[in-house]
Amino acid sequence: MRTSDIALLIDEPACANNANKAKGGCTRPKPGATAGGCPFDGAQITLFPIADVAHIVHGPIACTGDSWDNRGTRTTGPAFHRLGMTTDLSEQDIVMGRNEKKLFHAIRQAIDTYSPAAVFVYATCVTAMIGEDLPALCKDAAARWGVPVIPVDAAGFYGSKKLGDRIAGQTMFDHVIGTREPDPVPESVQRPGITVHDVAMIAEYNIRGEFWHVAPLFDELGLRIVGSLSGDARFREVQTMHRAKASMVVCSNALLNVARQLKETWGVPYFEGSFYGVTDTSNALREFARLLGDADLIARTEALIAREEARASAQLAPWRERLAGKRALLYTGGVKSWSIISALRDLGMEVVATGVRKSTEDDKERIRDLLGEDAHMIEDGNPAALLKVYNEKGADVLIAGGRNLYTAMKARIPFLDVNQEREYAYAGYAGMLEMARQLALTIESPVWPAVRKPAPWAGRIAGEALGAAR
Amino acid sequence: MAEIIRIPKPLTVSPLKASQAIGAALAFLGMRNCLPMLHGAQGCTAFGKVFFVRHFREPIPLQTTAMDQIATVMSADENVIEGLKTICEKNRPEVIGLPTTGLSETQGTDIHRLVREFRAKYPEYAATAVIPVNTPDFAGCFESGFALALDAIVDTLVPETRHVGRRRRQVNVLASSMLTPGDIEAVKEWIEAFGLRPLIVPDIGDSLDGHLIDKQHSPLTLGGAPLAEVAAMGESIATLVIGRSVSAAADRLEARTGVPTFRFDHLVGLDASDRFTQTLADISGVAVPAKIERHRAQLQDAMVDTHFMTGFLRVALGLEPDLLKGLADLLVSMGATVVTAVTPARAGVLESVPCETVRVGDLDDLEKSAAANGAQLLVSNSHGVEVANRLGISLLRAGFPLYDQVGGYARGWSGYRLARQALFDIANLFLGQHHDIPAYRSIYRNYPDSSTGARPPQACAGVVRH
Repeated sequence: MRTSDIALLIDEPACANNANKAKGGCTRPKPGATAGGCPFDGAQITLFPIADVAHIVHGPIACTGDSWDNRGTRTTGPAFHRLGMTTDLSEQDIVMGRNEKKLFHAIRQAIDTYSPAAVFVYATCVTAMIGEDLPALCKDAAARWGVPVIPVDAAGFYGSKKLGDRIAGQTMFDHVIGTREPDPVPESVQRPGITVHDVAMIAEYNIRGEFWHVAPLFDELGLRIVGSLSGDARFREVQTMHRAKASMVVCSNALLNVARQLKETWGVPYFEGSFYGVTDTSNALREFARLLGDADLIARTEALIAREEARASAQLAPWRERLAGKRALLYTGGVKSWSIISALRDLGMEVVATGVRKSTEDDKERIRDLLGEDAHMIEDGNPAALLKVYNEKGADVLIAGGRNLYTAMKARIPFLDVNQEREYAYAGYAGMLEMARQLALTIESPVWPAVRKPAPWAGRIAGEALGAAR
Repeated sequence: MAEIIRIPKPLTVSPLKASQAIGAALAFLGMRNCLPMLHGAQGCTAFGKVFFVRHFREPIPLQTTAMDQIATVMSADENVIEGLKTICEKNRPEVIGLPTTGLSETQGTDIHRLVREFRAKYPEYAATAVIPVNTPDFAGCFESGFALALDAIVDTLVPETRHVGRRRRQVNVLASSMLTPGDIEAVKEWIEAFGLRPLIVPDIGDSLDGHLIDKQHSPLTLGGAPLAEVAAMGESIATLVIGRSVSAAADRLEARTGVPTFRFDHLVGLDASDRFTQTLADISGVAVPAKIERHRAQLQDAMVDTHFMTGFLRVALGLEPDLLKGLADLLVSMGATVVTAVTPARAGVLESVPCETVRVGDLDDLEKSAAANGAQLLVSNSHGVEVANRLGISLLRAGFPLYDQVGGYARGWSGYRLARQALFDIANLFLGQHHDIPAYRSIYRNYPDSSTGARPPQACAGVVRH
């Protein structure tokens, strides 16, 4: 990929980070003191959930062998993303220039064996470095085998994980979105008095099936998801996303490039929102109704919100009692910092500090709105710094990504995992209940005092008791 | 003698193989106060970190030279030198392991020269050992990467000496990646039972056994083989080598120090355990302690109890070479048949695996072969869950990575007690899926039965049900 193309993606105008030039764009990572994934990682997180596509990782074993099937995304049907397909290039393949031929046959093997809707081929560091012409090869393969073959050029050394998200989104916009018209809504699912509106989800990954907490509400309101990037998605759905009448960017600024271009090219309005917490879930539904401009939908949405909020409120009441006033330290990816804050406030919890390493100025503004001007924001989230803030602020729980989970366990502090690897589904009204339960589970656990207390014999002299008896 | 076959195919599906670079990283994670740094893009490290965090459920110290586009095209030499300096400055480790990756190797890095340049440029960090090792992921597998790192540890840290036996009770153990923290604990107790002092290298049993520490946080390993001790391996009375994959390291250590070497492919099962016990008795001059005699008798008892379930059992193995050999030997010694053996890469030990063929391949190959050969039990890592489900058979989890259950790292296979537990587990998995023959009801018994009747007790060979 050309450096100028990469720069264009990083300079995404819809991303508020770039409005703030003072930050000086992206700095080079510091060897020996860098955390985080690579663009290939980002690309696979963004695209692998498209479950009927054969995702072939073109490179030596590490990229697939060290990482396959480690995400919690869920699908209702095919699950090719869980297969870990790779060309597993050997030294001979690379030295003798057999890599391209191998890929060509790998594509055929995938098509013959799995009949996928399409094949996505992911460049990796080694294949990008030796200068393979992946687009040309994919074009040839598509012509030869009659199945769409899409090159995803997000090699690891191009930059950050977020860049990979963006490359993946751009690839979908350039090669997939707009290549098919949506099917008409079948008569059998039409309901009298309900106009079906087509909408699109962007950056929703159905982690642990959490979107299924929300999807029934969409059905009830008559919102058809024509396409999603990419939770429980199919290739044919992604192709039709341009026909959505509104789209939602869920908890991410990485894929704003897709939303912006859908708006500019196809006139699809979008909003940024979240399904974490009662308030945000309601706001997301409201936002869809507003963008779609259907008075009847607006009314039905309000009615649904009132019903769901009442139910959620009743269910959350006992949890709120237990969690009220508890203090959370939040360290999550950029957007989640504000979306989770909103969810915690719904529970009456206090957020003592939040991480903003990956947050944009826009995100920070929202955090200030929620926490006040003197909100404590943590820029550097290395474990030692996090624990220091935790101790200073007297927090009761650390809420962060899986990467910090065992840091917390070693430090003997309660923890809630809110990232990709998490074990539970937290989206929507029902997800909120699960989040409350998990928070109480860890905060109230009897293991904390047990593992913090010294052994009975600490500081004693052996045989003391016996001596006293004498 | 097994025949090793590799049927070339362009697309690997569901790989059994993980990269050499993270295998090397694991070896370094068995060194005390160590921080490994992979020379590659930051993703190489991020993936490795997640891989180990999921397996061990521990914070994993692992850094990266963070090669970006400029470094990849121009030169990444500075990344290595500055990365080493940053780690020395910030984290003050005793040891830095420096494995290369496919990216840096394809670029053509000379990692050994870079370490020399670092030494010349920053003499103030001379006390920190830096151990470079070439571990591209386009060759070998996790196990071979681990072995290469161990060879590099010996090469870098053990001086040329002739002080054999200066430490009269000290015994070196070179441990292959097949040994879990649970295995290493067992090996330590075994050796200590003979009044000897084990020096295990690398010692992930000390660093990754999962223990809380007094400090809230450390950026380095929480234990492992101490640098100074490794340097004194030449003073031991013997070196015990466990796993064929670490042969090169064993050869080097022997050549450097002259310490006599005793080699074991594995310590799984009665015969292997007996050989190890006999060797310990010979080295120490101590009679086999009664406790070990008892453990041996317990294993023998378990063998006779479980042979009903393991006999003729058709087993499919998807494991790295050393562990493949160990578990195949155990199963065959119990009357089972290895009908399918798949391994990620070639290795010397494979020819001695007791089965007809060992296939170098992936889990897709394993699944097809296991189905074709009517396997009744699958032994592989957590990725094997889906395969076992599709085949409708049980999975015994072994190898890397184990992420779908807690505590996989703590279970081991070595020695009498762990082999006994393994036999119990294998037998129970078999009992859990025991299929009764379909009921046949005579055409002459044509009266209706009450459908609410209690189920008749199921008979299982060798199991008493009350």
